[in-house]
Amino acid sequence: MTLAHPAISVRDLCKRFRATQALDGVSLDIQPGEFFGLLGPNGAGKTTLISILAGLTRADSGHAAIMGHDVVRDYRQARRALGVVPQELVYDPFFNVRETLRIQSGYFGLRHNDGWIDEIMHHLDLTPHADKNTQNLSGGMKRRLLVAQALVHKPPVIVLDEPTAGVDVDLRRSLWEFISRLNREGHTILLTTHYLEEAQALCGRIAMLKAGRVVACDTTRNLLHHANEHCAALRLASVPPAAWAARLQALPDGGWRFNFSDFSELESLLAGVRTAGGQVTEMQLLEADLEDVFTDIMKRT
Amino acid sequence: MNGFLALLYKELLRFWKVAVQTVVAPVVTALLYLLIFSHVLESHIEVYPGVSYTQFLVPGLVMMSMLQNAFSNSSSSLIQSKLTGNIVFVLLPPLSYLQFFGAYLIAAIVRGLVVGLGVWVVTLGFGMPTVPHLGWLLAFSLLACGLMGALGTMAGIWAEKYDQLAAFQNFLILPLTFLSGVFYSIHSLPAFWQGVSHWNPVFYMIDGFRYAFLGQSDIAPGFGLLVVAGSFVAISALSLLMLKSGYKLRH
Repeated sequence: MTLAHPAISVRDLCKRFRATQALDGVSLDIQPGEFFGLLGPNGAGKTTLISILAGLTRADSGHAAIMGHDVVRDYRQARRALGVVPQELVYDPFFNVRETLRIQSGYFGLRHNDGWIDEIMHHLDLTPHADKNTQNLSGGMKRRLLVAQALVHKPPVIVLDEPTAGVDVDLRRSLWEFISRLNREGHTILLTTHYLEEAQALCGRIAMLKAGRVVACDTTRNLLHHANEHCAALRLASVPPAAWAARLQALPDGGWRFNFSDFSELESLLAGVRTAGGQVTEMQLLEADLEDVFTDIMKRT
Repeated sequence: MNGFLALLYKELLRFWKVAVQTVVAPVVTALLYLLIFSHVLESHIEVYPGVSYTQFLVPGLVMMSMLQNAFSNSSSSLIQSKLTGNIVFVLLPPLSYLQFFGAYLIAAIVRGLVVGLGVWVVTLGFGMPTVPHLGWLLAFSLLACGLMGALGTMAGIWAEKYDQLAAFQNFLILPLTFLSGVFYSIHSLPAFWQGVSHWNPVFYMIDGFRYAFLGQSDIAPGFGLLVVAGSFVAISALSLLMLKSGYKLRH
């Protein structure tokens, strides 16, 4: 029996840049068809990890493979299976959009690729700009072209490194619609982003990196579920009772924020307010979002 | 189209799109050198018996233009791609280091030859004889442009800023080409500087190329070709080692 390879497999990756340990023993498996998020603060090692997958950086130790092809030993197969949308808005000012896509296809050995090029240009709204020099494209259009370039060879695995940084709302939405469609059609997506609500909405599974280590890796649902803190926003008729003052954080709108891990704590607070002669005029339970989970995990580890 | 051909096509299209700057400008520069030097020196200098100074100068100018342009093609393409970041477009695909090197090398040779041809054509009006030794001409031009293309690849990979590349050009390429006997025969130099010139591979390129035009040279063309070929192999090997190791391209 042959086991299917993970789309992306990473084992004990370490990478050091002079004084900084960018990756410190990272292991991950991403299965075919997943929409996987990679989160972490700046300098956590996300881009280093992606660069190693793409062959732009060489790991000091450990292994990485795309669809079962080692990124160093079997780099041709690995790179054929991988499409990377780089973080920086790069373009080659010598060429127009169509030329750029044709040349990029050529690098992958694809000669007659115009049908597919037309299709991706269409989906990314690049068709009206096909003959425009890349220098004259707006930032959003340059970003779309980078996505198109990553897709010319129909890679089963697509890596997007902060693709929506500095991108307007419309483009972000259309980009996600397109990427989600690719995911539904079977492409594996690995995404890094700073927009946590984006990751929460799109990713089935999420890994969090901190200082080169994986500090959390679970389905998005489990991560949200396991947030051990609940939160309520309250409005009080008078100042909070002295016994509770330390637990309440003032909110800019004059209300109070109360973090708790067990609902009995909330009950005690309400009882405390009542016995002190106060009154709760408004209360709202806030659902944990990925940002809370993220902040919590980053604080704890 | 395999990846190598695509990269070669891209490199050729790149310089062709700015041909005014990459082909016409160097031809005009060479023509200016020719007008000025031949005007000033024509009646004063006879390097080889029966050969006018202009006839002596033209092959040197053609070769010098080829060398400079072959070098700048690979070096400026690489440094631009590195500085603008679009080098990732060629680093992400499954191109081997040999394909990478080959594409930059051949594009540099083509640019060198196109410029050389341009300079030769505009100097036809100055009474140049037809080329009697086509074989030597081709051998010297191909190897010399190849050598400079490979050197340009090295310089483009090594340099991190434009001024580093400019330093490479100003302190290495320019002295080597100007002190190679483009404008004079090294026999007119004091013995010490003649000796120094023999360590300059560019001297052999100019001298051998001149032989192809005039049938006369300072050094036997066979030996010259051997030196040029040896230098080409050495520089190419170094350049390939850099590419294979990922030096400054893959961290």
